[in-house]
Amino acid sequence: MEISTALVLNAIVAGLLLGGFYAAVSVGISISFGMLDVVNIAHPAFIILGSYVAYTVHERFGIDPIAVSLVASPLYFLLGMAIYRIYYLCFERRGQESLRGLAFFFGILFITEVTLLLIFGVDYRLVETSYSSTTLRLGVVDFPLRLVVPFAVSMAMVVGLQLFLARTFFGRAVLAVAQDQLALRLMAIDPVRIKEYAFALSIATAGVAGAFLIVIQPVQPAIGREYIGLVFAVCVLGGLGSIWGTLLGALILGLAESFTSTFFGPSWAPAVSFGTLLLALAFKPSGLLGR
Amino acid sequence: MSAPLLSVSGLVKRFGGFTAVERVDLEVAHGERLGLIGPNGSGKSTLVNCLSGTLRSDAGTIVFDGQDIGGEPPHRRVRRGLARSFQIPKPFASMSVLDNLRIPLQYAARLHEKLPLDHIVDEAMHVLEQVGLEDKARAMSGGLTQVDMRKLELARAVAAKPQLLISDEAMAGLSASETDDILALLLGLQQQGVAVIMIEHVMRAVMKFSDRIAVLVAGRKIADGAPKDVVNNIEVVTAYLGE
Amino acid sequence: MRNRVFAPITLAVAIAVIAAGHFVANDYFLSAAYTVLQFVVLATAWNILGGYTGYVNFGSAAFFAVGAYTTVFLHKWLHAPLIAMIVAGTLVAGLLGLAVGYLTLRMRGVFFAIATLALAVVLNTFVVNWDYVGGARGAYIILPREVPFGLPRYIHLLYAAMALMVAFALIVARAIQTSVIGRGLAAIRDDEVAAECSGVPTLRLKLFSAAVSGALMGMAGTTLPLYLSYVEPSAAFNLSYAVNSIAMPLIGGMTSWLGPLIGAVLLGTVQQVVQVTVSSAWNLLIVGVLLVVFVTVAPNGIIGWVEALRRRAR
Repeated sequence: MEISTALVLNAIVAGLLLGGFYAAVSVGISISFGMLDVVNIAHPAFIILGSYVAYTVHERFGIDPIAVSLVASPLYFLLGMAIYRIYYLCFERRGQESLRGLAFFFGILFITEVTLLLIFGVDYRLVETSYSSTTLRLGVVDFPLRLVVPFAVSMAMVVGLQLFLARTFFGRAVLAVAQDQLALRLMAIDPVRIKEYAFALSIATAGVAGAFLIVIQPVQPAIGREYIGLVFAVCVLGGLGSIWGTLLGALILGLAESFTSTFFGPSWAPAVSFGTLLLALAFKPSGLLGR
Repeated sequence: MSAPLLSVSGLVKRFGGFTAVERVDLEVAHGERLGLIGPNGSGKSTLVNCLSGTLRSDAGTIVFDGQDIGGEPPHRRVRRGLARSFQIPKPFASMSVLDNLRIPLQYAARLHEKLPLDHIVDEAMHVLEQVGLEDKARAMSGGLTQVDMRKLELARAVAAKPQLLISDEAMAGLSASETDDILALLLGLQQQGVAVIMIEHVMRAVMKFSDRIAVLVAGRKIADGAPKDVVNNIEVVTAYLGE
Repeated sequence: MRNRVFAPITLAVAIAVIAAGHFVANDYFLSAAYTVLQFVVLATAWNILGGYTGYVNFGSAAFFAVGAYTTVFLHKWLHAPLIAMIVAGTLVAGLLGLAVGYLTLRMRGVFFAIATLALAVVLNTFVVNWDYVGGARGAYIILPREVPFGLPRYIHLLYAAMALMVAFALIVARAIQTSVIGRGLAAIRDDEVAAECSGVPTLRLKLFSAAVSGALMGMAGTTLPLYLSYVEPSAAFNLSYAVNSIAMPLIGGMTSWLGPLIGAVLLGTVQQVVQVTVSSAWNLLIVGVLLVVFVTVAPNGIIGWVEALRRRAR
C-alpha cells in the first residue's frame, strides 16, 4: 500500500478529532474512578443510553442530537445521583470489598445493554444531522463535520470541566474529597453530598457524550462494552484523577486507533485500546500525568 | 556486645514532594523494649510500614537478624520474625477469632519453628489465653468490640512467633484498665525474649514499658535514650506542647 | 467430610447422573442438562478466584473461548481425540490465567477486573482475525461417525464428559477450599495487606488461584465446538458466560464450593426454561436483574441466607 503524505495527514487529523471525542467520553471516569474511587464500569452504558435518547428525540422531533443531550443533561445528573445513593447505601457505607461494587456496576451495565436491546433491537442506529454529510477540505486533508462538531463540543466540555473543578468552590471540594474527607467535614461540608454530585456530574458527561457518539458512528447496544476498555485505557494512560491527563491519553489513543485502522484495517481497532490498557496497567499504572 | 536484632540506617520515605521519613537511624537489641513516640503525622506509621515491607523505602538500609531485608516483601519479613500489628485493626472478618490465628501460625510460625499441623489449634488457643480472648475463640472476628479487636491484632502478630513485634498504637482510645491489659500482654511477650517496639501516645504506658525511648518529629528522630532523659529533653517537650 | 471421602462420592454421583441420561429419550433434555452442567463448571471455576480470593474476573468468556478454540485448532491440525483436546484446552487456559495474573495481580483488584474485561475483547479481536480457526466466519467441526464407548449419539458422550468435568471441578474446588491454601486465599480476600503481614505469600497464591480458575473455565469450553458442530467468535465469547459466571456464584453463595453448584443449577435451569418460552434477551435481562438484586440485598447468596436463618433459629 502506498503510504502517501495525504494518507498520513488524514490519519493524524482523524485521530486527533476522534481523540477529542474520546476525552469527552472518558472524562467522567476520571472523576468517578480517579477522584471518587468508584469503579463505575457501567459508565459506557450511560453513554449508549445518551445515544439512544438523542436518537429517539431526533427521530421524533428532528432536533439536533447534541442539543438534545445538553438539554437532557440535568436528567442524566439526577440519574447519576440516584445510582450513587444506591451504591453508597449498599456498598461504601458498609465498607464492603470492591468486589460487590464491581458486580453491582457490571449488573447495571448489563441490564442497560439488554434493555436497550429489547427496545431497539440489534440494528445499528445512526443520526444524520444537517452537517453529517459536509466535509471541509484543507489541502489534502479532510475535515468531516460529523467529526469536527462533536470534537469542538467535546473539547469545550472537557476544558470547561477542568476549569470548573479548578476554579469553583464545589470543584475544589471534589478534588479535596479525594484526599481528605475529614478536613471537609471539619469545614461543615458533607463529603457524601460532594461525592454524590461529582458522580452525578460524571454520569451527565456520559449521557451528553452519547449524543456525540451517535453522530460520529452507528450505535448498537453491545458497543458499550467495547468502550469500557477505551475509557479506562484513556484514564489509566493519562493518569487517574487528572483531566489534562485524560485529554492527553485520549488524543494518544485516538491517534493510535486511527493509524491502526488506516494501515492494518478497522477490525483490529478494538484491540488497540484494550491492548494499550493492558500494557499501561502492566507497566505504568500511575499514568503519564497521574498523582 | 552482640549485634542488634534490628538495625535501620538512613531510612528515607517520600510521597511525591513530601518527605515522611527523613534519614532515620534506629537500633533494637534482642529482647529490648523500645518506645517510639512523636506527634501525629511525624512519620511513625510510615516508618512501621517501611519496616514491615508494606511500603518500599526510597533510601537507607534495614538489617534484621543479620540480613538486609530492604527488598523483601512483607510475608518474607514476617517469616524471618518481624511482625507488626495495625493501628486500625484489620481482622479477617469472615473467619472466627481462632481461625484468624491459624493464618500466621500456618504461614509464618510454622515455617521458622516447624510446628506440626495438628498442634496449630492448641497453639492458637494458647495465644488466645495470653491475650484473654480464649472464650471468644469461636466468635466471628468481624463482630468484636474495639478492645477485643486490638487484642486480636496483637494476638495475630504474636502468633507469627516473632523475634521483634511492632505494636502500632494498640492502646489508642482505650480505658485505663484496658490499657493495662494490653500493657501486661506486651510485657509478658518481652519475658519470652521477644523485642517490642511500642508506638503510643499514652505516655504513662510508654514510660512504664520502655527500656529506651525514641522520638520522631516531622520525619526526623530527635531523641533516643533512657526514658527519663528523653522526657526531660527540651526539644521533646516543645515538640509535644508547643512553645 | 474428608476430601478422600468426598471425591469418590462425587464421582459416583456423576456416574449416576450419566447413567440417568440413558433413560432420557429426548435429546433436548440432554442438551439442556449439558448446558446447565457447563455452567456449574464455569461458576465453580470463577468462584475460585472470585469468591475464595476476592478478585473479580469479567473475562470468563476469554478463558472459556480459549478452551473452545484450542479444541478447534487441535481438531484442524491433528484430529486429536476428545480427551487430548480437553486436557490441552485446560492447560492453555491455565497458562493464560497465569500470564494475565502475572501482569495484573500485583495491583489492586479493581485493575485486575478491568484487565480481564480488556482481555476478553483483545482475544475476541485476535480470533476474529485468525483465519486458521475460522475467523469471523467460524469453523465447522465434523463429528466422528462412530460414537466411542458404544453410546447411542454424540450428545451422550458430551453429556458424560461434562458430568465428569463437573465432578472434577467440584473436587478441586473443595480441596482448595479446605486446604491451607484455601485459608490463605480467604485471608487475602478478607484483607490482603493483613494477610501479607501475617506471612501469606499473596502474589504466589493469587497466581495459583488465577491459573486454576482459568484452567477450569477453559476446560468448560473445550467441548463447545463439538456440542455446536460449529464455532464462531460471538458464540464462544458470548456475554452470557461473563454475566452468568458472576451471577451464579453470587446467588448461590461465594464462600463455598456448594454455592456455585446451587446457583448454576437454579439459574441455569431457569434460563433454559425462559429461553424456550420467552427469548434469550429476556433471559439475560433476568440474570442481570437477579445479579443486581442479590449483590445489594443478599450478597452472601442463598447459602448465606440459609445460614442466617439457622443462626436466628438457635
